[in-house]
Amino acid sequence: MLRRDFTKLILASGAAGMAGGLNPFGDGMAYAQSGNGGLTAIIQPEPPILILPLNQQIPVGVVGGKIYESLLSYDFDLTPKPQLAESWEVSEDGLTYTFKLVEGVKWHDGAPFTAADVVFSCDVMLKEVHPRARANFERCESITADGDYTVIFKLKEPFAPFLLAFETSSAPIAPKHLYEGADYRNAPANDTPVGTGPFRLAEWVAGSHIRLEANPDYYQEGKPHLTEIYYRVIPDGAARAVAMETGEAQLSQFSDIETFDVSRLAELPHLELTTKGYEFFSPVLWYEPNLRREPFNDVRFRKAMMHLLDRQIIVDRIMFGLAEPATGPIASTTKFYDADVANYDTSVEKATALLDEMGLTPDASGNRITIHHLVVPFGEMWTRLAEYFRQAMSAGGIEVVLDSTDPGGFAETVSNWDYDTTCNMLYQFGDPALGVARSYISSNIRKGVMFTNTEGYENAEVDRLFSEAAVQTTEEARQELYSAVQKILVDELPVLWMTEQKFATLHDTRIKDLIVSATGVNANFAEAHYAS
Amino acid sequence: MIIISRLLAKLTGIVLAILVIATINFTLVHSAPGDPASVIAGQSGATDEKFLADLRAEYGLDQPFLVQLGTYIGKIARLDLGYSYRQRRPVTDLILERLGPTLMLTLSAFFLSLIGGVTCGALAGLRHGKWSDLAISLVALLLYATPVFWLGLMLVLVFSVQLEWLPAFGYSDMRSDSFGPLAYAWDVAKHLFLPAVTLGAIYMAVYTRLMRSSLIEVAAEDHVKTARAKGLGEAAILRGHMLRNAALPVVAFAGLQVGAMVGGAVVVETVFSWPGLGRLTFDAVTARDYPVLLGLFLVMSVMVIAVNLLTDLMQRLIDPRMAVN
Repeated sequence: MLRRDFTKLILASGAAGMAGGLNPFGDGMAYAQSGNGGLTAIIQPEPPILILPLNQQIPVGVVGGKIYESLLSYDFDLTPKPQLAESWEVSEDGLTYTFKLVEGVKWHDGAPFTAADVVFSCDVMLKEVHPRARANFERCESITADGDYTVIFKLKEPFAPFLLAFETSSAPIAPKHLYEGADYRNAPANDTPVGTGPFRLAEWVAGSHIRLEANPDYYQEGKPHLTEIYYRVIPDGAARAVAMETGEAQLSQFSDIETFDVSRLAELPHLELTTKGYEFFSPVLWYEPNLRREPFNDVRFRKAMMHLLDRQIIVDRIMFGLAEPATGPIASTTKFYDADVANYDTSVEKATALLDEMGLTPDASGNRITIHHLVVPFGEMWTRLAEYFRQAMSAGGIEVVLDSTDPGGFAETVSNWDYDTTCNMLYQFGDPALGVARSYISSNIRKGVMFTNTEGYENAEVDRLFSEAAVQTTEEARQELYSAVQKILVDELPVLWMTEQKFATLHDTRIKDLIVSATGVNANFAEAHYAS
Repeated sequence: MIIISRLLAKLTGIVLAILVIATINFTLVHSAPGDPASVIAGQSGATDEKFLADLRAEYGLDQPFLVQLGTYIGKIARLDLGYSYRQRRPVTDLILERLGPTLMLTLSAFFLSLIGGVTCGALAGLRHGKWSDLAISLVALLLYATPVFWLGLMLVLVFSVQLEWLPAFGYSDMRSDSFGPLAYAWDVAKHLFLPAVTLGAIYMAVYTRLMRSSLIEVAAEDHVKTARAKGLGEAAILRGHMLRNAALPVVAFAGLQVGAMVGGAVVVETVFSWPGLGRLTFDAVTARDYPVLLGLFLVMSVMVIAVNLLTDLMQRLIDPRMAVN
């Protein structure tokens, strides 16, 4: 029997009713909920460190996002909102960004937060250690402080999505007084994260839990409302579902709960499901062919593969509704999406016609060609995507051999272009110039580096459209360029877009205002509180 | 003098073995594709060349393989297990903080399975051929055939979800720092119960079967017949003439099984979120955290050697003849 069946069995019998009666262990297991205004959340995997400027893996972003802050946060439609910056101005020519900082902010160690910290972080430290921040701030001609509470960013040329660079995990502000002149990765300051956020680290029991406590000196009066946050490390998927079901954990995020468990848990009266709060990430998932290899360098083969795949099946049977079919490279939840592109319906006839045209005729057993597929080693959903790929391809006479690997092997193999096909999912970071262009522009073909144009797509017109769209300052002009580029890409299919992924956040219904921004569970939870 | 030189020879042998093991381990973990830098980059959502190069330089991964190996062996020789790439902390600290829970889990499981196995096996062996023998043998066979993680999930299902008697996972209650020492010990014991039973069950089944057949064999020996002939009561015969002899192969076998038990702890620690060495190993493997992994291999071999010494000692207690040899 499969493991997921056990999970269901366990949970179903749990729901079937609790046998009370005699307990030989004395006290009834009144499941510990964080009483007196605290929150217990799941964290998985355990973050290796909490120094967000140095590491941006998902769990570091979730926990570090309560400790560190950046200048801005973002509404669900990605409109900037104040955080460490109380106001900001963009010059007419789109070259100068002036931020007015909140006054009276203190670091967790009591030192005052000033413009010098922002300049140090953006101009010095993050440029050295943070790849995404480096790409953004290298666009600046200068980053300077004017007094203690004003920071001025001067760009070399306009960059439309520059305001999106100030999200917490994109540009976590680090304390200058602890890091200046240090070897950042080995600094003594890394023992304890020091940020400006509403929560600070109280205790970290390795392998068990991380406890954050409310920062009593937080600059927003009366916040945070939660007294503490426990992040419990629960490595087993079934145990995570049990924890949410019994109330031992009150919050799960990203892929903590396997897709097949989400809807059942969402129906429990004490849990609430939301898929909001991931707009900034808006991941798009695709099957990725290696365009350097035959037959993937032939657009007819890619179109044939697209005709064999049914995106709705992936949405219904693998994602259990936690996704929408994708129509192209830009997610419909972000700006500049255009639905007016070529559509590839599921049709074995169209696929086989294209394959015949290529001269890939079936042998006696109906097999036209054998290709390999590198299975993504990040959990059950990815395994199923690989299995579905094999099944869908076989309908067209394409035999797929599945290759397994581990996370290290996966990154190594894909970034060094040593695969036939694989699957991938990339965040869009709120704007095509930040999270979409990178997968298709030829200047981003960089061997050995993950999350680049790994498939090896080259098209001069696409390069031009993306680079022009990045520097336009009006939305109309950008929309026009992005509409054009979406048409070309969907015609040429550098990758096979399948779904716009959603993530499920499940939380205790009594907790209100938990998910209030486009970065949802990564945001600082300053406003979260229990219903009175 | 002879004793000392023998001891020295033995110690040299152990040290050499450890160095060879370390070299093999090092070569093996480095031969897989991918390195810790690519794992970290692969989970960060965005990366660039500088990020990878900085990490590799920091970890010394840009050095030739033999240089890395030499550095590592040199450190081992100085009892320095190095620094975790991923967690940026000394490996010794990481291992020490996880050692306690794992020792607690494996030792509880070890003694639980040994005591339980010997008792059940003795009961079955004494009632050889009766229904209670059949029942015990059947249960033992079932336990032996049960996958560890399935048993763990079933125990959680019954004792945590249905009956709500025991916690489903974790090492202690999160608020246990406010407990008194007694309440804390009780809390940890409750958390320990299910994982220890899960881990010990399969071995208990093995020992039951071993003990049963061993006891049946001993019962047929001449000295037992003699004891019976000279009019000793059954209880005295069992205590004085059978149990010790019958338990010997069980204890010897148990000593050999400890290594496997440490391995089985990986699964159990994952199912029950137990913060021990098994999970540290699992995380280190997937993250390619070489120093942690190699340190763990080393510590685990030392653990296995230590437990083998312990079983040696137990055998001597049970069978005085061994001390003479």
